[in-house]
Amino acid sequence: MEALALQALNGLASASSLFLVSAGLTIIFGVSRIVNFAHGSFYMLGAYLAWTLTSQGPLAEWGGFWGFWGAVLLAALAVGVIGAAAEVLVLRRVYQAPELFQLLATFALVLVVQDLALLLWGAEDKFGPRAPLLRGAVEILGLRFPRYELFMIVVGPVVLGLLWLLLHRTRFGILLRAATQDREMVAALGVDQRRLFTGVFFLGAALAGLAGALQLPREAVTLHMDMAIIVEAFVVVVVGGLGSLPGAFLAALLIGELHAFGILAFPRITLVLVFLVMAAVLVLRPYGLLGRRPSGLQPAAPMAAPLPPPSGRRQRVLVTLPAAVVLLLLPPFLGDYARILLTDFAVFILFAASLHFIMGPGGMASFGHAAYFGAGAYAAALLTRHMGAPMEVGLALAPFAAGLVGLLFGWLCVRFSGVYAAMLTLALAQIAWSIAFQWVEVTGGDNGILGVWPSDWARDRLSFWYLALLLCSLGTWLLRRAIRAPFGLALRAQRDSPLRAEAVGLDGFRLRWLGFALAAAMAGLAGAVFAYGKGSVFPSFLGIPRSVDALVMVLLGGVQTLSGPILGAVAYIGLQDQLARVTDLWRLLLGLVILALVLFFPRGLAGAIARPEPRA
Amino acid sequence: MRPVLEAAGLTKRWGGIQAVDGVSFALAPGEILALIGPNGAGKSTCFNMLNGQIRPDGGRVLLRGQDVTGLPPRRIWRLGVGRTFQVTATFASMSVLDNVRLVLLSHHRRLFRFWRPASDLFGQEALALLERVGMAGQAGRISGILAYGDLKRLELAMALAHAPSLLLMDEPTAGMAPADRLEMMAQMVGVARRSGIAVLFTEHDMDVVFAHADRLLVLDRGRLIAEGPPEAVRRDPLVRDVYLGQGLG
Repeated sequence: MEALALQALNGLASASSLFLVSAGLTIIFGVSRIVNFAHGSFYMLGAYLAWTLTSQGPLAEWGGFWGFWGAVLLAALAVGVIGAAAEVLVLRRVYQAPELFQLLATFALVLVVQDLALLLWGAEDKFGPRAPLLRGAVEILGLRFPRYELFMIVVGPVVLGLLWLLLHRTRFGILLRAATQDREMVAALGVDQRRLFTGVFFLGAALAGLAGALQLPREAVTLHMDMAIIVEAFVVVVVGGLGSLPGAFLAALLIGELHAFGILAFPRITLVLVFLVMAAVLVLRPYGLLGRRPSGLQPAAPMAAPLPPPSGRRQRVLVTLPAAVVLLLLPPFLGDYARILLTDFAVFILFAASLHFIMGPGGMASFGHAAYFGAGAYAAALLTRHMGAPMEVGLALAPFAAGLVGLLFGWLCVRFSGVYAAMLTLALAQIAWSIAFQWVEVTGGDNGILGVWPSDWARDRLSFWYLALLLCSLGTWLLRRAIRAPFGLALRAQRDSPLRAEAVGLDGFRLRWLGFALAAAMAGLAGAVFAYGKGSVFPSFLGIPRSVDALVMVLLGGVQTLSGPILGAVAYIGLQDQLARVTDLWRLLLGLVILALVLFFPRGLAGAIARPEPRA
Repeated sequence: MRPVLEAAGLTKRWGGIQAVDGVSFALAPGEILALIGPNGAGKSTCFNMLNGQIRPDGGRVLLRGQDVTGLPPRRIWRLGVGRTFQVTATFASMSVLDNVRLVLLSHHRRLFRFWRPASDLFGQEALALLERVGMAGQAGRISGILAYGDLKRLELAMALAHAPSLLLMDEPTAGMAPADRLEMMAQMVGVARRSGIAVLFTEHDMDVVFAHADRLLVLDRGRLIAEGPPEAVRRDPLVRDVYLGQGLG
């Protein structure tokens, strides 16, 4: 009983730090309508900066009470300045862009910060000092409880109170709340929006930095902090209701306690528990515990580009036939490296095409498409490892396994649009990732599953290339047929006008749900081919970077074209291959490439070639 | 003859405002009925309760005797109710022909097909429907670039595609130049009369209403204040009072 009480206190302490991060995220969203992926990076920077300030320089020499707390506050302020700088340099330029581009821009910041942190602080974990005055433990109910944790429990409500005062008692706060309700009106009243937005980013980033700095006595500072916290913060913000501060506080308490007690009950799968609670909340209250249905939030969707007419016999003869001849007849004369690269092209074209199916004709957003790629890969690997299934069985069943995961996740996601859908798909993918990562007995955890080899007849690189070409072409072809089939027509119809679609008997939810699952199944096929090609699977197959790969491929190619995903996949995988050869800092470069894409080619390559973007 | 549509005591409250208060009426097969009233009278709310977009707080909606209260719009559509919107809603990225084709596919329950191109299906039927509204010549154009009047005609073709017995038209001439309104309405009503389709429409333009409606319902502040043939309603002192200075007849 006493142990349970202490566990509840532990949960409260975690909830505080979760709340600090989520509060910044939700405030920034409220005003700028940007879901800031880089918020986890701000948190991580806070921790690293606090570590540096407490281990070297004047504050470290000073030491003692002011040495530590000065470092914490200074780190928070520094991160605030970094956040303001990010707003001025990058985000200010994408306020008018589609939501996915905004998310992508902030994700590019994540990549850039990751490599910069690696350059500045190195790969090994950093351990911070204990907090002065808060060392040691107190006795509660006969058990020892760390003083610092007690302090953390107080921090959450105190910050909530201070934020309330700021929002209700200062001019800045009143403007901030007004802008959260109606941006256009605030602008029309002559408020300088630019200063307000920069100020909001400063505040939000400083909160994240403070949370990171306060973690210093609690845990090691690592390069993984950013992703770990951002997913939890997304869950908190979605459960609490986007833009609602009290909602974020309530949800942080809920998630914090859930973790604390989940560890006791299901130590391996705490995140699954979080997922179940999130699912339950969203089904009962679709816009979160204290959130409201977004009103006039999304700008009217621009008219989707019409589908190009189906290629005629002439085009088939002129394009498809020569391509097929080259792909079939050239590889015998190539080396294994080129064959592997070709196989990767085939896999990622199918992967990109499956995401394009969701985003283009479906009009939905997915920021976690790697979940289905990984589900297919893991299904194949698990069948091989635990049941000794041959490759043929693995390849046949993988799409169904991924499709089932797509049905499960899609059921939750397709009822939302825009940022909500993006955050949900991301959170769900991260949960799939954590299952692969945490459930070591079954999935091998971080070590993955090795020995996922093709059957003997397909073991050499050339035969496997032909197999990959066959399966990936079939999958891509199926998706393209589906787009032109009645199903695709209906999918596009509900995207173009949900109101009219419903009024002519279309069940938009069912159409999107099934479309989502079909795309997931095809991503799973791509994943399974990839797994047999590499001979192993790892949690990174379902990681956020892989989801972003798919997104960048689709956006690079352009959402509105059928050939977009093919162009995008080839350009992107080719670029990555080249980058990886010349530098270790591929994340930094990739981040800069994405930023360039978002800032200069919001219609993608194919779109940019077709017609120049009119300047708004 | 049994009415196509019956509203019995429809009621809707928005916060403290009684938007629709106990509205009852019936629509005979083939009848053209206009629902009119000043701004804020509750026309749209009433209309949207009939088509399933809004769930009433009280009262019932019957289609040929069947209770459809609270059914989603797509279910009501399946029972033979076509619709046009105040602000036209078509599938902007698709061709005019595909817009109609989609409705036919939905009507024949062929949506969940994944292989055969949609362009192989119902082309003749879709073209025939476009013929009926004079849009066959524009079948290949993308609907997002159509002129407003043509969009209205396309909507009509889509509304006719599942051979409805009732057509609900929310301000069918809204957004059109006054000179074009009568002509547009004449075409719509003409198609309906030839096919024996009952029509319920809301409308601001009194010329359109008096030229085409068999019967009028007048709403004011959520209540039905008058009902009857155009001439009777025109003379009704209560109606004249409500519309005072608004150029009623």
